[in-house]
Amino acid sequence: MSQPKDPDWNQVSRRDAIKTLFTLAAAYTASGCSRDADKLTSFFHSHFKELSPDQLKSNLETWERRYKKRYETDIKVSSTPAKEGVLFGYALDVSRCIGCRRCVYACVKENNQSRDPQIHWITVLQMEKDKGIDLVDSTAYYDPEKVPEEGKFYFPVQCQQCENPPCVKTCPVNATWKEPDGIVVIDYDWCIGCRCCVTACPYGARHFNWTRPGLPREDINPDTEFLGNRPRPKGVVEKCTFCIQRSRKGRYPACVEICPVGARKFGNLLDPESEIRYILKNHRIFILKEELNTQPKFFYYFSI
Amino acid sequence: MKVWKTSLMIYGLAVLGAAVASNNGAPEDSARDSGSWDDQLVAVSPPPFSEGVFPCSDCHSPDDEVDRTPHVVDFHDTVHFEHDAENRWCLDCHDAQNRDMLHLADGRLLPFEESYKLCGQCHAQQLKQWKAGDHGRRTGSWSGRKQYLLCASCHDPHSPSFKPIEPLPAPIRQENIR
Repeated sequence: MSQPKDPDWNQVSRRDAIKTLFTLAAAYTASGCSRDADKLTSFFHSHFKELSPDQLKSNLETWERRYKKRYETDIKVSSTPAKEGVLFGYALDVSRCIGCRRCVYACVKENNQSRDPQIHWITVLQMEKDKGIDLVDSTAYYDPEKVPEEGKFYFPVQCQQCENPPCVKTCPVNATWKEPDGIVVIDYDWCIGCRCCVTACPYGARHFNWTRPGLPREDINPDTEFLGNRPRPKGVVEKCTFCIQRSRKGRYPACVEICPVGARKFGNLLDPESEIRYILKNHRIFILKEELNTQPKFFYYFSI
Repeated sequence: MKVWKTSLMIYGLAVLGAAVASNNGAPEDSARDSGSWDDQLVAVSPPPFSEGVFPCSDCHSPDDEVDRTPHVVDFHDTVHFEHDAENRWCLDCHDAQNRDMLHLADGRLLPFEESYKLCGQCHAQQLKQWKAGDHGRRTGSWSGRKQYLLCASCHDPHSPSFKPIEPLPAPIRQENIR
């Protein structure tokens, strides 16, 4: 093997190249003339789970500045940790749901979904009473003057917050994971937009931002969570998080509060006194696509 | 503002409750209804009166002569009565002498703020499930003190079954999203 003429050639050139690159990057970041210094900073930060508290704080501040620039309004980005002894569960009374879609739009408003192109995290399916629960024969596009219609029932589907989530298993870069309180979250800064999770989810609960979300400034909910409802960039996947920005602070998700017939129930599965445990104990519960062993924490039941 | 309203309401409930107890000389409500369960609750909204009808005593005086046998009456314009109409009528729930109150089947007076006790006389199963957080809509917090809505906040007491409502727009079909 022939040696290069200059004995230092090997060590110096690569190291120097990297050094130069980083020096330039630092200079670019530091220079006041750069419009997108914050963009570069967020590009270089570590994985969410490896951030120190200081790094996380600066990361949140970076995003607040970026949103301020983009939407010209103050958006609070927080990162509330999961509470110990809490595992969130959700129950939906199919016999009460009237298919009015109040939940769909409350969710859009609360979670800053794109208005155009339209993204809905909740899909309300209409089914025939004669046929029972039959996903193949269902439709999400029903549009009568009044609901409920005779002979029909309604079956809302959203992220089932699986204990054994196929979407998490399939992500090649660990951009989505299950939190200790059971909520499956996505780090939009880490997502590469490969959409493996979209295809892996058997519930159609994950949605992709094909463009930058169409989110009018006056419609923004400024109370956001880093792993939840903060405005998304183009090219990332998003989904229901049980309104992580509300539930982690002790509140009900927006869809629970809006439901005009009280079909939606929410609470802590680890608290034996909770409403959700009362429902699991006193009704005949079923889960969607049980045979896939995804172990959803979203339960369906018929109370009447 | 909301806190102020709520505290006023709790105060009002306490005063009314005391008034009921002293008026009738009746013992406190059964153990199930007093104490721990009520203490953990916060009322979200006051009883949903039609505008301008309350207090009822503005028009109905305690000295009015009242025919207590069920008979056909002219209802208020806002009332469409469809609640077991063959067997029920006004004075089953409203008190003839004190129109600002309701009364239970045993004659005890009941403020409108506690109307769920009246409903629960017939709908015991629903009352039980409502208390557990199973029946009805909950707002506020999934932990700690519970907020509750009265039965009448969702069900019109004179016509309690839900009426069909207009759905919000259907989603745009996938193939039409550009």
